[in-house]
Amino acid sequence: MGEPMSLDSNPSPSETAGDPIRSYPRFLWHSFGVATDGSLMFYAWMTALTALILVGVNAFAHQTVSGLALTAMTDHVSWGMYIGNFTFAVGLAAGAVMMVIPAYLYDDHDMHDVVIIGEILAIAAIVVALGFVMADLGRIDHAWHMFPIIGRFNWPVSMLTWDVVVLSGYLGINLHVVGYLLYTRYRGARPDPRWYVPFVLLSIIWAVSIHTVTAFLYSGLGGRPFWNSAVLAPRFIASAFVTGPAFIVLALQVVRRFTSFHVGDGPIFTLIGVLRVTVLLNLFLVGAEVFTELYTGGSHTASARYLYFGLHGHDALVPWIWSAITLNVVAAVLFLTSSRRTQLWRIDAACAFTLAGIWIEKGIGLIVPAFVPSTLHEIVEYLPNELEWRVSVGVWALGLLIFTLGLKLAIAVFSGQMAVVKEA
Amino acid sequence: MDNTSRRTLLKAGGATLGAGAFARSIAPITEWTADLSVDAFLQRHYKELTRDEMDVVLRRLEAETVEEYGVSVSIDDPRPTPGVSFGYALNLSICIGCRKCAEACHVENNHDRATHNSYIRVLEMKKGTVDLELGRVDYDHPVPDPDHFYMPVQCHHCDNAPCIKVCPVEATWQEADGIVVVDYNWCIGCRYCEAACPYHARRFNWAKPVVPPEEINPDQAYLSNRVRPQGVMEKCTFCLHRTRNGRLPACLEACPTGARVFGDLNDPDSEIRWVLANKRVFVLKEDLGTRPRFFYYFDG
Repeated sequence: MGEPMSLDSNPSPSETAGDPIRSYPRFLWHSFGVATDGSLMFYAWMTALTALILVGVNAFAHQTVSGLALTAMTDHVSWGMYIGNFTFAVGLAAGAVMMVIPAYLYDDHDMHDVVIIGEILAIAAIVVALGFVMADLGRIDHAWHMFPIIGRFNWPVSMLTWDVVVLSGYLGINLHVVGYLLYTRYRGARPDPRWYVPFVLLSIIWAVSIHTVTAFLYSGLGGRPFWNSAVLAPRFIASAFVTGPAFIVLALQVVRRFTSFHVGDGPIFTLIGVLRVTVLLNLFLVGAEVFTELYTGGSHTASARYLYFGLHGHDALVPWIWSAITLNVVAAVLFLTSSRRTQLWRIDAACAFTLAGIWIEKGIGLIVPAFVPSTLHEIVEYLPNELEWRVSVGVWALGLLIFTLGLKLAIAVFSGQMAVVKEA
Repeated sequence: MDNTSRRTLLKAGGATLGAGAFARSIAPITEWTADLSVDAFLQRHYKELTRDEMDVVLRRLEAETVEEYGVSVSIDDPRPTPGVSFGYALNLSICIGCRKCAEACHVENNHDRATHNSYIRVLEMKKGTVDLELGRVDYDHPVPDPDHFYMPVQCHHCDNAPCIKVCPVEATWQEADGIVVVDYNWCIGCRYCEAACPYHARRFNWAKPVVPPEEINPDQAYLSNRVRPQGVMEKCTFCLHRTRNGRLPACLEACPTGARVFGDLNDPDSEIRWVLANKRVFVLKEDLGTRPRFFYYFDG
């Protein structure tokens, strides 16, 4: 941004590395090579993910032909597993910004070296979120009606159109930043801060917006008291700032163990420091919500009673939500009582626990109770069926595949293994 | 054979296998898209179609019905009468909960037979309260039960409708005569409106509705009772194919006790205006600010 450019005085590396337009096809070709080449374990991992994706694609194909009747959803519970996973994935994407903030706002140099992993996670998680929206549509062939100009985009009134705008914007910003950084490095040039720092700063604000808008999608509905709560957006942000860092802490260790990419303790410790705060903040906001619901009582709180204790003998979600609460509390205790240096495995367990806990709490635990009881107070329960599990596993496998390829590409470029001119 | 070429060969083999597996897994969709017509795919939004273009669409839909069900039907597109504003009132004092209205809706609107779908749900309520939490729809005994009263619920055609606000593609809107409609050919099936409606008035076509050809009501309209496609929303339309042509809604005609009153809110001499002016009237969930056009009232 403010950094003076040295283009006039001495030639920057970008001029010596050849035409940036002409070498782009080569970059793509090299990327393709890197993406399809690796160790035996890499092949095994990619094959497994591809197999899972195909299982999901096949389930989705059947669902498209025979209709969403193949799922467990009904007119009473008209959103379920897909929208739950969508919500969680948006949180994961937003949470990735917890690497960007230390790297760019606090100038944490260790974090700077690995921040691209967070940006790649954001891309993969947005693809997952969009994948779940697509899986949930009744008419995939009508999806083009949602595109501005050629369709009829009900913006700014419908919060869903806002979500389309912010999610695709966030995807675009992160694709640009990652693509730009990798491509300039590939060409052996120094990235020009004017071309990415403004976008990185924008992505920080944008990360908050994607999850706020997703919360507004639900909290704006007066007919669903379970969602119609001002604390929903803050809760979403808090839980996003748990899941994002928790996922990255695990991912960084995997990268450190299985690749040549250098990951120091610094970024991991910073993220654990973040987690120690956000995991408590998340529990606090959940507690504030639960208190208000249960102490008030009345028919507006029937959904919360259904979720936590069951209602008139219907209690399908009770074991789920108490598992989630247990996982999150245990995770909080582990985060706060474990040493980052000597007990990293306990922190890793805490990350896994809280990811599972929030996946339940913000997935099925957030979406389904809003429909139970229905707006006319009928109780029809919902648990995802096998087809919904298959589609969901497929979408997540696609996300992991994109994340893996992104990492592989980034590591190849940063380690100099992939460059426009190979060093002899 | 050197290592590199063996690797390339293995990769090519893997890629071929993968492509084959992908084709297999997606096969159901490719068969399905073969049935989709290009005209249907490219059809514009209801409000963007001229009368001539709409005629073409209506004839296409009629031809599709012949092809699929072997029945010839007439699909019309009646428009609102200028100056008319529809309203509906229901007398809770004399409704006996017989569900004849729900049944009439089922038949009139070509609903799916297997799920016995209807736009009307009848709640059996405890006398002494209008708390919906104490009502139930699955009562199964002779009616009317002396300890209960009955409250049918259908689309309230709200003037401030949450379902319309949330639709991302403007596939649902309120017409000039107050009727809230859905363009079945424009809806993307996201079901956001179903989540937004406080009255459980919307229904989704989870599968293609199944109606035996001999039971299909051939008197149809584009925005109301034509047989719906799979994967889109539907809802009560105040039977606009009848009411815009001077007839009464099917549910009203079916009511054995005369509990239902339908008419033009702009006509000062209409029965519904008299009810609103002289009876103890209320609307459901008034606190939500939805401003329904469906009113409940008590006698005496």
